[in-house]
Amino acid sequence: MSDKKYLFKRNNVWWVKLAVPLSLRNELGYDLRRSTGEKDLDKAIPVRDKIIEEFKTEFQIKKINADDKGIVLRGTEHMQKTDISDPQYFHKVVDCQYACPAHTNVPEYIRLIAQKKYDDAYMLNWESNVFPGILGRTCDRPCEPACRRGRTHDKPVAICRLKRVTYDYKNDIDPYLPEIPKVKNGKKIGLIGAGPASLTVARDLLPLGYEVTIFEKDNKPGGLMRTNIPSFRLPAEVLDEEVYRIIKMGADLKTNSYIDSLENIIDSFDAVFVGTGAPKGKDLEITGRKEASENIHIGIDWLTSIAFEHTKSIGKKVIVIGGGNTAMDCCRTAIRLGADDVKVTVRSPKSDMKASDWELEEAIDEGIPILDNTSPKEFLLDDKGKLKGMKFEKMEAQYTDGKRKLIPTGEEIIIECDDVLLAIGQDNAFPWIEKNIGIDFNEWDCPIVDKTTMQSSHPKVFFGGDAAWGPENIIWAVAHGHQAAISIDNFCSEIDLFDRPPPLTNLVSQKMGIHEWSYDNDISQEVRLEVPHADLKQALNDLKMEVELGFDEKLALDEAQRCLNCDMQTVFQEKLCIECDACVDICPTDCITFTTNDTEEKVREKLRVPALNLDQDLYVSGKLVTGRVMIKDEDMCVHCGLCAERCPTGAWDIQKNNYIEAHNLNKDKVKTKEVA
Amino acid sequence: MSYFKPINKHPNLEKNKLGLTRRDYEGGVSTLCAGCGHDSISACIIEACFRLNIEAYKVAKLSGIGCSSKAPAYFLNASHGFNSVHGRMPSIATGANCANEDLLYLGVSGDGDSASIGIGQFIHAIRRQVNMVYFVENNGTYGLTKGQFSATNDLESKNKYGEDNLFPPIDLTSMAIQMGASYVARSFSGDRDQLVPLIMGAIQHKGFALLDIISPCVTFNNHDSSTKSYDYIRNHNEAMGKTDFVPLGEEIKTNYDEGSSVEVKLHDGSRLSLEKTDHNFDPTDAGNSLDLIRKKNKEGKIITGLLYVDNKCKPLTEIMDLPDKPLNTLEQDELCPGSEILEVINNDLS
Ligand SMILES: Cc1cc2nc3c(=O)[nH]c(=O)nc-3n(C[C@H](O)[C@H](O)[C@H](O)COP(=O)(O)OP(=O)(O)OC[C@H]3O[C@@H](n4cnc5c(N)ncnc54)[C@H](O)[C@@H]3O)c2cc1C
Ligand SMILES: Cc1ncc(C[n+]2csc(CCOP(=O)(O)OP(=O)(O)O)c2C)c(N)n1
Ligand code: SF4
Ligand code: SF4
Ligand code: SF4
Ligand SMILES: [Mg+2]
Repeated sequence: MSDKKYLFKRNNVWWVKLAVPLSLRNELGYDLRRSTGEKDLDKAIPVRDKIIEEFKTEFQIKKINADDKGIVLRGTEHMQKTDISDPQYFHKVVDCQYACPAHTNVPEYIRLIAQKKYDDAYMLNWESNVFPGILGRTCDRPCEPACRRGRTHDKPVAICRLKRVTYDYKNDIDPYLPEIPKVKNGKKIGLIGAGPASLTVARDLLPLGYEVTIFEKDNKPGGLMRTNIPSFRLPAEVLDEEVYRIIKMGADLKTNSYIDSLENIIDSFDAVFVGTGAPKGKDLEITGRKEASENIHIGIDWLTSIAFEHTKSIGKKVIVIGGGNTAMDCCRTAIRLGADDVKVTVRSPKSDMKASDWELEEAIDEGIPILDNTSPKEFLLDDKGKLKGMKFEKMEAQYTDGKRKLIPTGEEIIIECDDVLLAIGQDNAFPWIEKNIGIDFNEWDCPIVDKTTMQSSHPKVFFGGDAAWGPENIIWAVAHGHQAAISIDNFCSEIDLFDRPPPLTNLVSQKMGIHEWSYDNDISQEVRLEVPHADLKQALNDLKMEVELGFDEKLALDEAQRCLNCDMQTVFQEKLCIECDACVDICPTDCITFTTNDTEEKVREKLRVPALNLDQDLYVSGKLVTGRVMIKDEDMCVHCGLCAERCPTGAWDIQKNNYIEAHNLNKDKVKTKEVA
Repeated sequence: MSYFKPINKHPNLEKNKLGLTRRDYEGGVSTLCAGCGHDSISACIIEACFRLNIEAYKVAKLSGIGCSSKAPAYFLNASHGFNSVHGRMPSIATGANCANEDLLYLGVSGDGDSASIGIGQFIHAIRRQVNMVYFVENNGTYGLTKGQFSATNDLESKNKYGEDNLFPPIDLTSMAIQMGASYVARSFSGDRDQLVPLIMGAIQHKGFALLDIISPCVTFNNHDSSTKSYDYIRNHNEAMGKTDFVPLGEEIKTNYDEGSSVEVKLHDGSRLSLEKTDHNFDPTDAGNSLDLIRKKNKEGKIITGLLYVDNKCKPLTEIMDLPDKPLNTLEQDELCPGSEILEVINNDLS
C-alpha cells in the first residue's frame, strides 16, 4: 500500500494535512491543509514531502520573527460563508457516499431496505455500482471505515452486507431496466476484456444506442470476479445473473477471443476501451525456483485453473506466500481442496498486512496460521529433485520517523511443504499493444492515462479498471467504467472530454407538518450485527459452499436502523434566525456554536467542543443580527433533526440531499435538470 | 419522529472535576415552546453548575406556577425539587432553608409568579435574607395562561393582539435593592457570556441573590410592539462591561488595563471581576445602583450586569442563629434538653 501519511483525498485531489506541534500552536497557529494539486497518489507523495519541507522552513522563519518581535502570528482571514450550492459540500457530509468510488447513495438504499422496498434499493445500487449482488459479498468497502457511526458510536454500519440484502430479497427487476434503443446511433465501440470495468462501460453505453462488442479471452465473461474470487465467497449464480444481465442488454460478447493485436481491430471501432486487468502474477526468483517449479504456482493462475476446474487437488502441506487478499483466497481454497496443513507467510508484521481485516479474520477463523515477519530465502528439494520445504528468515520491523524498515534477524526457519502458492502481487502486461500506434507507456510499462477522462495518448483508446494503474478492486473498476463511458460518449459526439456532465443534486425539505419529518430520526444504539456463517466443518469440505449466509430479514432491518441518515442535511438560513440558542441547547453532540467569526484555526478552537477532525468541514453562516455567525461542525452531527425541530422560526431545516454522481444512465436527467 | 434528545454525546466533551460533562446536568425534554428564553436560562444554569462542579443531589429546585416555574424539570434531573402553588415558592424556600442550610436553593419564578400573586412572599424572602438564588424569568407576560399583561410589562408595550397596557411596570431590581437583597443582577437569556458568570457568582454568594433575566416569550410577547422581544432587547440592552467569574485559587484570565476593572470578593473566596464602563460605577453602593437603574430606565435603555452586591450581609440562618446541621440530622441528645433543664423550665412556669 502506498504511504498515505498526512494525505487525504478531497474532490478527487490529494491534500496534505499540516499541523504545528501543540506546544507552538498558541504562538503561531497552525496551517490546516494544503492541496498537492495531484490526483495520482504516487505523484502526490513527493509533492507532500516538498510541501512539508517548505512548511518547516516557513515555520522556522515565522518562529524566529515572532521570537524577535515578541508578536503572535496567525492567519488573518476570517472564514467564508459556506457555499451550500456547491454539490460537493453536502456530498462530503454523507461520509459513506463520498468515500465510495462510484458514490452510491448509501443512506437512501438503507432507508429503502428499512421500508422493505428491496427492488428499489437494488436498482438504486445497480445504477451507480452495477453489481450489487457481487459487491454486497466482495466489495472492498471503502465506505465502512469512513462511516460516521464509527466516530459517533463504535463500529460502522454494515453497509456492504446491507447491499447484499437488496440482492437477496429483491424480486424480478427486469421491468425496471433501461430501454435499449432499437435504432442504433451508428457508433461502434470495442471493449477488450469482460471484467467489471468493461461491463460497466457496456452497461452505460448500450441504453444510448451504441453498438458494443466485447472480446474476452476466456470462455465466460466476468474477469477476475469469475476466475479468481472463489465461489465460497461469490456463488456462480450471483455472478452469472449480474454479468449476463448486461450482456442481455445487447452487448455482442465474443468469448475465447484473445486480442493479440490492438492495431488489427482499432480501425473497426469508433472507440476502444481496454479493460484487460492486471493479469500477470509476480514471481519469486530465489534459489530452487526453477528446479521446483512443478510444485510452485502463481496464485492468480492457480485460482483460475480451479475456477475452470482444471485443477482439482493440491498437496497436503501448503505454504502461501503473501499478505494480501489473494493470499487469503489461496489459503482458504487450498484447505477446501484437501490440504490439511496450510500456512501463510508474510514478510511484514501482521498489523501491516495488506489484506482487508475481514478477509484476514475469515482465514484465521478457518484455522490457518499467519506467520508474519517471515521472509522467503530458498526452495528446498529432496534427493529426487522434488520440493520438500522452504527456508525463511525472520525479520524485525523498525520504525523511524513513521517509516518502516524490515531488518533481517539472521534467524532461519525451515517449513516442510508439498506445494507453494505465490500471492505477492500482480502487474499489468500489454504484449498485444503495438508500441508504434500512438499509446505512450511509462517506465514501468503502464499506459499513460488521464485520471479524469480515462483517455490514453491515443484519442480513440481508453483504459480503466486494473489495466489503467494496476490492481485495485471491483468498485474502482466500476467507477473507471462510468468515467470512460462518459468520455467515449463525449468523444463520439465531438464534445470536449473535459466538458463532463455535473452530478445530479437537489435538496428537498423533509418537513411534513408540526413535529413531523419524513424520516425516522430515532437513533438506534445497537452494536453492529454479525452476519451469520455456514457451519465451518461443512464449509471447509465444499469448495462452492458460500461461507457467509447473509443477514436474514430481521437482522437486516435491525442493522438498517443503525444508519444515521447522513444525507438528511441541516440547512441554515441566517435571515430567519433570532439567535435564541434553542438549537445549541438541544443538539446532543454539541455541533452548533454562535460566535464571532475568525480564522479557521481560531474558530475550530473556540467551538463548544473544539473541532479537531480536520477532515470534516465547518458550516459557516453569513453575519447574524448580533454580528456573530453560526458555525456547525459537521463531524459529530447525528442528523437527529432536533435543531430544526426546536427552531421557532424555521431557520434550520432538514433537507434530503439527493446526490447522484454523473453517469450515462442519468445523462438525460442531467440535461433536463440543467434546462430546468 | 422522535423529539427526545438522543443519548449520544460528543466523545471529546469537556469534563469537570467530578468527571461529569455538561450533559450529566441536563433534565427532561423541554415542553416549552421552541425558542422560549426560559430554555436558554436552563442551559445557563446547567453550564454554571457544571463549571462549579456542583453535585446535583446537593441542590433543591423550587418553583411556583408558570412556564418559567415549569423550567426546573428541564435541568438537573438528579436534584431535589418542589413545585409549589402560584407565588408561594418564597415561603417554601424560607422553610427549607431554615431546615437545611446545606443545600443550594435555586428558586425559579416568573414575572407573574413574583411580581403579581407572589409579590408579598417575594419581598419577605428578600427582607429575611433567605440564602438562595432567585431567578425571575421575566417576559412581561403570563405565558402559561396565554399572554395577559404582567406587572413588569412596560407601559408602551402592547400585547400580541394590539391592546394597550394601562399600568406602569414594577422594576424588580430596584425593589429588591431597596428591600435589602444582597446580590442583584439583570441579564438577558440571549446573552450567555454575561449570564453564566452572573449565575455562578449568585450561587457562590451567601444571602438573597436576585437574577432578573429578560427572557422573551416567543409565542405571546415577541412581536414588533413588545419591549421584551429578542429584537427590542438586543437593540436597547446596555450591558455593563464584561463579567468574569474567578473560582477560588485561580488567576484572572482576562487582562484589563490597570484600573479598568472592579473586583468583588464572594463568600467562599471566589471573585467576580467586572470590567468598568464609563458609568464610573461602584456595585457595592446601593444608592449608586438605584440611581443608575433609574437613569437608564429614563433613557429607555435596559441596563444589564451585576447591579448591586453586599458581600458582608448575614443570611437568614445566621440572623436566627439556627443550628449549622440540617434539622433531620440532629440526634436525640441535641433535640431533647434533658430532665434537669425541663425542670427549670417547668419551675419558671409555675
Ligand atoms: C484472488 C483475488 C481476489 C480478489 N478479491 C476481490 C474482492 O473480494 N473484492 C474486490 O473488490 N476485488 C477483488 N479482487 C480484485 C478485482 O477482482 C479486480 O480489481 C477487478 O476484477 C478488476 O476488474 P477489471 O475489469 O479491470 O479486470 P479483470 O477483472 O481482471 O478482467 C479482465 C478481463 O480481460 C480479459 N483479458 C485480458 N487480456 C485480454 C486480451 N488481450 N484479450 C481479451 N481478453 C483479455 C481477462 O481474461 C479478464 O476476463 C481480487 C483479485 C484477486 C486476484
Ligand atoms: C392561584 C392561581 N391563580 C392563577 C393561576 C393561573 N395562572 C397560571 S400561570 C399564571 C401566570 C404565570 O405567569 P409568569 O409567572 O410570568 O410565568 P410565565 O408563564 O410567563 O413564564 C397564572 C395567572 C393559578 N395557576 N393559580
Ligand atoms: S451512518 Fe449511514 S449515511 Fe452515515 S456514513 Fe454510515 S452508512 Fe453512511
Ligand atoms: S441534526 Fe441538528 S441537533 Fe441533530 S446532531 Fe445534527 S446539528 Fe445537532
Ligand atoms: S408561552 Fe411563552 S413563556 Fe410559555 S413556553 Fe411558550 S414562549 Fe415560553
Ligand atoms: Mg411571565
